[in-house]
Amino acid sequence: MSCPSLSSSLVYVIPLVITLGACSATDSVPAPESAEVSAGPSGSEASSTERVDFQAELPPAPPSEVGTFVPPPRDSLPDGPFGEAVRRGEAIFTDTPAHAGSFLGNQLSCVNCHLDAGRRADSAPMWAAWVSYPAYRKKNDRVNSMEERIQGCFTYSMNAGASPTGDAPEAADPLITDLSAYFFWLASAAPTGVSLPGRGYPRLAPPPQGWDIERGAQVYADRCAICHGDDGVGQVDSAGAPAFPALWGPQSFNWGAGMHRVNTSAGFIFANMPLGQARTLSEQQAWDVAAYINSQPRPADPRQTGTVEEADERFHQHDCRYGDAGPERQLGERG
Amino acid sequence: MKFTVRLTLLAALALVSVPSGAESGDRGMELATTGAGTGIVPCVACHGADGLGNSAAAFPSLAGLDQDYITRQLRLIRDGGRAVPVMAPGLSSLTDGDAEALGRYYASLTPPPAADAALSDEEAATGEALARVGDWPGRELPACLQCHGPDGGGVGEAFPALAGQHASYLAAQLTAWKEGARGTDPNDLMGTIARKLTETEIQAVSKWLAATPRRSER
Repeated sequence: MSCPSLSSSLVYVIPLVITLGACSATDSVPAPESAEVSAGPSGSEASSTERVDFQAELPPAPPSEVGTFVPPPRDSLPDGPFGEAVRRGEAIFTDTPAHAGSFLGNQLSCVNCHLDAGRRADSAPMWAAWVSYPAYRKKNDRVNSMEERIQGCFTYSMNAGASPTGDAPEAADPLITDLSAYFFWLASAAPTGVSLPGRGYPRLAPPPQGWDIERGAQVYADRCAICHGDDGVGQVDSAGAPAFPALWGPQSFNWGAGMHRVNTSAGFIFANMPLGQARTLSEQQAWDVAAYINSQPRPADPRQTGTVEEADERFHQHDCRYGDAGPERQLGERG
Repeated sequence: MKFTVRLTLLAALALVSVPSGAESGDRGMELATTGAGTGIVPCVACHGADGLGNSAAAFPSLAGLDQDYITRQLRLIRDGGRAVPVMAPGLSSLTDGDAEALGRYYASLTPPPAADAALSDEEAATGEALARVGDWPGRELPACLQCHGPDGGGVGEAFPALAGQHASYLAAQLTAWKEGARGTDPNDLMGTIARKLTETEIQAVSKWLAATPRRSER
């Protein structure tokens, strides 16, 4: 793959579907490109070569003159049964282990990836997601609901297979209803079916130098380890409650979560990390550290039924390290 | 101030009871309560026999803080990285081992209860919002409790407990970061935040944190 010199500025692009080979097999790659799936009414048609990917991210919206949507202020929450559902939804979202622990195989909270309680633009805000569903996805050839998308978060990001119940909540579970009420309220007065600016995570231009996990390890040590720990397992507070999320290891998201893709992580990191110091890492540093974090062991992809190679071929036709050699064993291998 | 400190020192030296949490003969407890002939002033003189500090003088509560946090601060103050003129001379002979012993000792003491800080409704609203939610759009202000733990009880060696700490001390430290007088935080994490806070916000969030009890273990 050629390595064009590209502007380091943030670019938003129309979703493209690119046929890629299996996950890269080396510790560094030239300028990886991302394979996104279309989603939402404004998404492009997926090609017939697209592979099944149940937790595909929403493509970022194109630049717009309308500015960033502002969700209603926190103190404008309605009273009554609907307001109570919204409050419960916000509580589940911001402290998921305390309110939905029976469906969690780890100690992550929704807010770990959707900052400011799902309000923050460029941090996959829920007001933008809400108005993008239901969405047709050619990969499973049917219309996917918001409920299914939330279940996907439990299955992959929360690793529900290792939870006390062993699975994500049912679509009709009150937890899903409360979360939906919260998202619906956040999207109050937002146009439905419009790809709102700030949706998803920003898509970074391919890194001119490619990404490199050695450089990423240094970025991690310098800027990330203070909170997430030298070994990536996060930190708990003095009372044992989760404080900083695990970025890898058995208590992190699994190999089916959207965040395991290097491009997805890079966009999130660049626009949101370190906390309070967003956009102080260069785009190159964001790519490098995203590659480093996603070159570590994490729980198996729940979709894997045969070998890692088969799952790699079927589910990981994108920018990720699944199936590559890891620090101890092949990445993706069951613990 | 000097008069107050001397009075407190005399009161402390008159104490005969020994706080719980450390064995007799413990080096940390010994240093804390009686100091050392090498010029180390007893910590209890300012921080109290129970390690709970002094609100009026803005002396912090040390009880129940993270061991490694205390140790690191002692070394920084001794070595001049963190400017605390009232403490530095008395720490010049403190060894690294002494700093660790003091860290162990103070970490073992019972943390402070919530302070009885007088908060107006407006201060409470401002303080709680900053502590729990932050102020993200346009200001990029993380919530205090995002890093210092959901109950403000502290996270590891880099993010000390805030809940129940004296408002006077918290406000003084936020001001020190804001003005650049304190700058030993990793990656300028606190400096980045404090420089964005207004004086009103510093007072409000400090009082709210002081008045907030730590959550029970779960």
